[in-house]
Amino acid sequence: MAEHQHAHVEHPDMYDPESSKIGMWLFIFTELLLFGGLFIVYSVYRYLNPDAFHLAAEELNTFIGAFNTVILLVSSMTIAMSTTALQKGHKKVAIALVVITFIIGIGFLVNKYFEWGVKFSHGIWPGSEQMLNEMSQGEILFFGLYFVMTGLHALHIIVGLIIMGFAIKGVANGKVNAKRPSLLDNCGLYWHLVDLIWIFLFPLFYLIH
Amino acid sequence: MSEDKHHHIVPYRLYVIVLLALLALTFGSIGITSIELGEFTVAAALLFAVVKSALVLTYFMHLKYDKPYIKLMVAFVFAIFVVVIVITFLDYLYRV
Repeated sequence: MAEHQHAHVEHPDMYDPESSKIGMWLFIFTELLLFGGLFIVYSVYRYLNPDAFHLAAEELNTFIGAFNTVILLVSSMTIAMSTTALQKGHKKVAIALVVITFIIGIGFLVNKYFEWGVKFSHGIWPGSEQMLNEMSQGEILFFGLYFVMTGLHALHIIVGLIIMGFAIKGVANGKVNAKRPSLLDNCGLYWHLVDLIWIFLFPLFYLIH
Repeated sequence: MSEDKHHHIVPYRLYVIVLLALLALTFGSIGITSIELGEFTVAAALLFAVVKSALVLTYFMHLKYDKPYIKLMVAFVFAIFVVVIVITFLDYLYRV
């Protein structure tokens, strides 16, 4: 009797890579427009306060920004390679490549921690006395946008790392494999989105001054 | 089934080449913004960023191997973004 109640209904295989991909892209579109909105705010304030933005951007460390750009680009390549490895059936290589991507992502956050730490030690954080008393309106706007946009980006890095955790688990226990790669594919797409956003954040905050 | 079959496997080598191109463009953009170009600095930096993002979208995000409707959707989203930028600046540039 109990057996009947628990009788396992064979679900038809709901795996649909095409739909998964569309869903991921639709989500990515919302992310692009979220950051797109912030980029528009940035460009309008930059247009209204050209000198203050110029001055404030000098405060940022181009080297650490460039270093983070380089490692993020490398991590994008490693996660892209992991999808190739999975399709070729090289499970261990695929896991190793995602783990490398994960470690690089952590490295990015560590750099960010030190970078923000230096700003904090200079008395620069949103609403700090130094900012309110000694900076012009334009500089306050620049640093406000800097903290919000790089902070939101860092939050996306953290989310990307969590998704990678699920992808590693899936590949390791075989649920994500050459025939069902969607989770790893979408994890990669998300990580590339994070990379894509940084490709614009880096020149706008660190390079243009 | 034949759907699955034509899932394109991108060779590792291609990803390495794309990465090298992205790194070259990164250093190119650092180089060009360190030169005093005046108001062209922003344009130059953005141009490099646009080329880089096109590479990421095309190869890393596999758009090159995706069906046309996905490419169209992505293009549409970027087009919306450009339109909003243009309208915003049509306002700010011609305010009196």
